[in-house]
Amino acid sequence: MKALVWHGKEDIRCDTVTDPEIQDPRDAIIKVTSCAICGSDLHLFHNYIPGMMPGDIMGHETMGEVVEVGAGVDGKLKKGDRIVVPFTIICGECEQCKRGNFSVCETTNRKRHLADKVFGHATAGLFGYTHLTGGYPGGQAEYLRVPFADATHIKVPAGIPDEQLLFLSDIFPTGWQAAVQCDIVPTDTVAIWGCGPVGQMAIRSAMLLGANQVVAIDCLPERLSMAEAAGATTINFETESVLERLKELTDGKGPEKCIDCVGMEAHVMASLPDTVLDRAKQMVMLESDRPHVLREMIYVCRPGGIISVPGVYSGFSDMLPMGAFMNKGG
Amino acid sequence: MFHFSNIVRSKGDPTIVESGPSLKRPQDQLARALGWFSLGLGVVELLAPRRVTETLGMEGSETLVRAFGVREIVAGIMSLSVEKNAGLWARVGGDGLDAAALLSGLTSDNPKKGNIALALLMVGGIAMLDYRAAQDTKPRRPPRDAKRKLYPGRSGFPKGVKAAKDRAKDMIQHATAGVTS
Repeated sequence: MKALVWHGKEDIRCDTVTDPEIQDPRDAIIKVTSCAICGSDLHLFHNYIPGMMPGDIMGHETMGEVVEVGAGVDGKLKKGDRIVVPFTIICGECEQCKRGNFSVCETTNRKRHLADKVFGHATAGLFGYTHLTGGYPGGQAEYLRVPFADATHIKVPAGIPDEQLLFLSDIFPTGWQAAVQCDIVPTDTVAIWGCGPVGQMAIRSAMLLGANQVVAIDCLPERLSMAEAAGATTINFETESVLERLKELTDGKGPEKCIDCVGMEAHVMASLPDTVLDRAKQMVMLESDRPHVLREMIYVCRPGGIISVPGVYSGFSDMLPMGAFMNKGG
Repeated sequence: MFHFSNIVRSKGDPTIVESGPSLKRPQDQLARALGWFSLGLGVVELLAPRRVTETLGMEGSETLVRAFGVREIVAGIMSLSVEKNAGLWARVGGDGLDAAALLSGLTSDNPKKGNIALALLMVGGIAMLDYRAAQDTKPRRPPRDAKRKLYPGRSGFPKGVKAAKDRAKDMIQHATAGVTS
């Protein structure tokens, strides 16, 4: 089959690879009908996230049709079913899965010895990501083996086009979870940094969860226009001060809830010297992340507020204002 | 065909049969080669400055050569990073400094002036490659004043924002009532 294969920094090739096979009774194989490129694929493309190896198949936003199931799938899936594949592989049986903390499933990371050393404790296995999350082949391919397929799938009906369903694999649940973790109440102002796909979903999720005001922060007019269409108040950080505008919008008190949908590759601007320094340090490998948004969120967040971080960070961030974080109730 | 990466695949995972076209462009490969060259030259200049000055008949300039070594290493790391364009422009600037330093040693009493002429020729050639690579790897971004497609109608809520919020509120109240009753 054809697949997009990572060979190194900025080197992704369309290779011919062997077809996946059922390896475990709980496996299923799907014929991929649609897959997306995620913002976090760009971090892998730039080789900012450790643990990629040449030969890894990319892709963790995938859907398709079941073409083969293992004996242990137990009737939960059958040939011909149409499914969206969540990017987190879950067993559905461990303590974390039973609590609903699927992204930290205790069973599915098949390289947990690596993750235990780097993260302290392993998180769930992920498709098309690094070997710290299991190194599972991803879905930017013609076929995909879905491990623990009896639990790792969302069945979807016929008649709805793929592009109206595919976001169930990652961006919608990621944005939704980011908003849910904020415990939004009807008086809240929720500030969301980054209006990419996850940011757009977080904006809409915060709206549906009843936020009084949602503020969307980005510099791209097309993204800001889409955020505005969903009812958000927008801040273009290239033309206005985020700190001053957030103060204005919250009677000087700051937003109660802050969501970072930017992560480790924050925009660099000469007027924000910390972003320039971060970029220089990241370039010479003295810092793995560019955490400008984290710093800004900690600074502007109302004391006693909540900070939620769905944006991807890979390792170590410098100069976080931990004094403000602690004193505000962190 | 043998692919080294297949050795480290987990058992049963797809292995590469034939490698296809890469996203990596020739100019990216040139940038990478220049980055490694920069690192190599920088290490030589930093660790063996006397050998360099003796070859060029410029004894006494060891500190300058060491400083140039550090500059080469930084430019090399930058050229190998995601910000390769900045690294390559740093190299172009560095080529100018190299040429100026070499010209200062091109005096009639320097017995090694032939080596300096050769070094100048090499710096000129490398500078052309650096300039070409820097031009070809310029970030491709639309100009700031370019007309952009906006999405004022794409709320994602087919019946409007207010209707979606009201419906969500009803659902939350219903779910909460179900939990508390």
